Amino acid sequence: MTDPNPLSQGLERLPVAPTNLVIFGGTGDLAKRKLLPAIYNLAHEGALPERFNLVGVSRSDMPDDDYRGLAIEAIRAFSRTKPDEAVLEKLLDEIRYIPGTFDDPQVYESLVATLAELDRNAGEPMARTFYISTAPEFFPLIVEKLGDHGLNVHDGADVRIVIEKPFGTSLAEAIDLNKRVLEVFEERQVFRIDHYLGKETVQNMLAFRFANGMFEPLWNRNYIDHVQITAAEDIGIGTRAGYYDKAGALRDLVQNHMLQLLTLLCMEPPVVFSADEVRDEKVKVLHAIKTPEKIDGMAVRAQYSRGVVAGVEVNGYLDEPGVPEDSSTETFAALRLEVDNWRWAGVPFYLRTAKRLARRVTEIAVILKPVPHMAFGGQHVPANQLVLTMQPNEGVSLSLGAKVPGTRMTIRPVNMEFLYGTAFISQSPEAYERLILDAMRGDATLFTRNDEIEALWGIIDPILEAWERDKSSTVPQYDAGSSGPKEADALLLPGHVWRRL
Amino acid sequence: MSEDIWAEQDTNPDAIEAALRELLHERHAANEALAPARVLNLVVIVDREWKGEIANRLERAGRYHASRTVLCTVETGRTKLDAVATVSYQEPQGSALGVMHENVEIDLGPSHLRALPTIVDPILIGEIPTVVWSPHGHQDAVDALLPLIDVMLLDSDDMDDPTEAFARAEHLREHAYVVDLAWLRTTPWRERLAATFDLPERLPALREIHELEVRHRETSMASALLLAGWLSSRLQWAGSHLLLWDGRIAGQAHNFNGDVVVALRTAEQEAPGLAGVTVSCTDGRSLSLQRGEGGLDASERTADGAERTWKILGASRGEGGILGEGVRQALLRDPTYVPALDAARDLCPA
Repeated sequence: MTDPNPLSQGLERLPVAPTNLVIFGGTGDLAKRKLLPAIYNLAHEGALPERFNLVGVSRSDMPDDDYRGLAIEAIRAFSRTKPDEAVLEKLLDEIRYIPGTFDDPQVYESLVATLAELDRNAGEPMARTFYISTAPEFFPLIVEKLGDHGLNVHDGADVRIVIEKPFGTSLAEAIDLNKRVLEVFEERQVFRIDHYLGKETVQNMLAFRFANGMFEPLWNRNYIDHVQITAAEDIGIGTRAGYYDKAGALRDLVQNHMLQLLTLLCMEPPVVFSADEVRDEKVKVLHAIKTPEKIDGMAVRAQYSRGVVAGVEVNGYLDEPGVPEDSSTETFAALRLEVDNWRWAGVPFYLRTAKRLARRVTEIAVILKPVPHMAFGGQHVPANQLVLTMQPNEGVSLSLGAKVPGTRMTIRPVNMEFLYGTAFISQSPEAYERLILDAMRGDATLFTRNDEIEALWGIIDPILEAWERDKSSTVPQYDAGSSGPKEADALLLPGHVWRRL
Repeated sequence: MSEDIWAEQDTNPDAIEAALRELLHERHAANEALAPARVLNLVVIVDREWKGEIANRLERAGRYHASRTVLCTVETGRTKLDAVATVSYQEPQGSALGVMHENVEIDLGPSHLRALPTIVDPILIGEIPTVVWSPHGHQDAVDALLPLIDVMLLDSDDMDDPTEAFARAEHLREHAYVVDLAWLRTTPWRERLAATFDLPERLPALREIHELEVRHRETSMASALLLAGWLSSRLQWAGSHLLLWDGRIAGQAHNFNGDVVVALRTAEQEAPGLAGVTVSCTDGRSLSLQRGEGGLDASERTADGAERTWKILGASRGEGGILGEGVRQALLRDPTYVPALDAARDLCPA
């Protein structure tokens, strides 16, 4: 182990080794909307490595100059800060573009030559980060080709690979993809990205749980009655029918984002906040979730039908452009899960996600058990609820019973609220900025490990298979703009109700 | 941006506080999606003739606004308090929430300064940190406020004599956490020097440094000394007072391997702060960073004499950005400032 750099102590932004960042899918939507603007913002803030080069790889045939133009346009359109022209020019001054299909050996030969030239210019071997933001079917192909051309290792510098989601569409695919990736790269080189983990409010869950002594005594089966995790969207699938109809709500949001939220909520405190310590604890939670073979009563799916959202009449899912008329893809998924371990045994965790619901909200509601005896004339007082909201209004609220002013002892719930916007000065950076920097730095804490991804799929796979087998029954429908199908109520144990959206 | 305004002549702190409470209450009643920011209080003490300039700097601090800013404007001959209280907000769209910020401007006279805590305290929001910034001196007023405050925002570059500026910072840090804008001007330089030596194969070179030159605008010697003090403290150099020598201010510090020449040189530059840094090692290697358009221009000479140049990207934050960063830093704690300040005091020109 080398001595720590004495100059790094106290710096808010830790140094990142000189890096060449290669984006596969460099002309794609993700690159244009998120990756290139995130890289620009890192440059603007002075957070990029002291030596940094950007290389785009994609199918479209164009010279470097045209790719520079595309990148400038994307950054101007989607950057969260107004670009400083001098920084923008210098960032893209030396940008390189390699055209070709991802199975073409010429692409990788050009990449080898380009990266070697950039190293020569720098006078030293620079770290390499390959960011795979292509369609998922190209993930294994690109990984294998990188290995074939010796791009998985680099003498004197680190090589890392960032793989976008979805990482497989089933457990079998995830296992296969892991195997193929790990035949070429070591696990420490692999960064499976779920941008949700880069969000400040998601990371704040760890701070909230492990930096506040008041919650720990309550954070278990003795005091928590049940938990509801909701990721509701008011929008439909838009122009994403091609992707969405193959994926569905379960793969799109539950398998990754929502189960990640659940693990952060349920995990034991790590000894230290290091990548493997945190991920070890998350994996333990996932292993404690057992999906029964018969999913009746623990999983519900549905599709939105025609309805009204924000006063405007909207199509049903089957009427959306590009959706097959006999599609059984779910746009609503709700689950009841149990985390079968000492802390959480018997506590139901309800997960619910959908398109075209009444409003957009992502939240975790922890509903505590009611008081054992109500001394105030038998009136019903709702149990305390702790609600962590990720969007649209990032914050935490705690509902408490309080006396209504007057001559009678009437109790009603009131909220104590903490809102991010009122309690901190700075804006949250885009999740991709944080994650790109972490990947270049080699910090995998906010990325998904191989065993974690397989454990995630292990929970979802039986449900997907059961729905796949069940071709005979029709998929329940819910009105667009509503709070979901009534069938979802069947998941709830006696005394529980879905939180109002 | 919308504003609700209250104003009163010959007023008092209770009336101001009541007016703010009423403004917030009325606005929240009109739109429940608006909530008051509750991050920190900022008390600013300024001379009346420079009020506009300070107000502009606060405006240019960008998104880093204090929750409640109390601007105390000192006017010679004034005996009564006049005040304007403003609640500003952007009406939120859809289901989003909006944040309200409060500004109070109090016109007061020099005779009020010693009793400033009795004027300011009733107006501050409780349970959140209070930051004081007094860019035009008024040290008596600041000292009077010390029991009330958590963070002192100052700019050691504002004083002509860095020895005096650092002594002031040292005095203040006994009472409050000090955020020094002169220190914040060195942040990009510190980050880049740290990055340069971060690779394991480069780390040993830190012990080989035998010369450090810091170039700075004439009015920013404190920033230059703080950067030299930072390196000195991080690398455990023993420094001594610099002297005017060979057209520059220079002297020697001592590290494990011998002497280190520490030199400060003034440079023509419009922006306050540093203009460049050069670090040279005993084996002939050197790294030079120079302020340039779109970031820092880096040039490196290796032990065998090969030279390379490149650009380190980063937008200039400007003085507005530095002030905004100062406000943001009030919520953080930097453990390296005090050792750097102590070392900078050792290096101050005799």
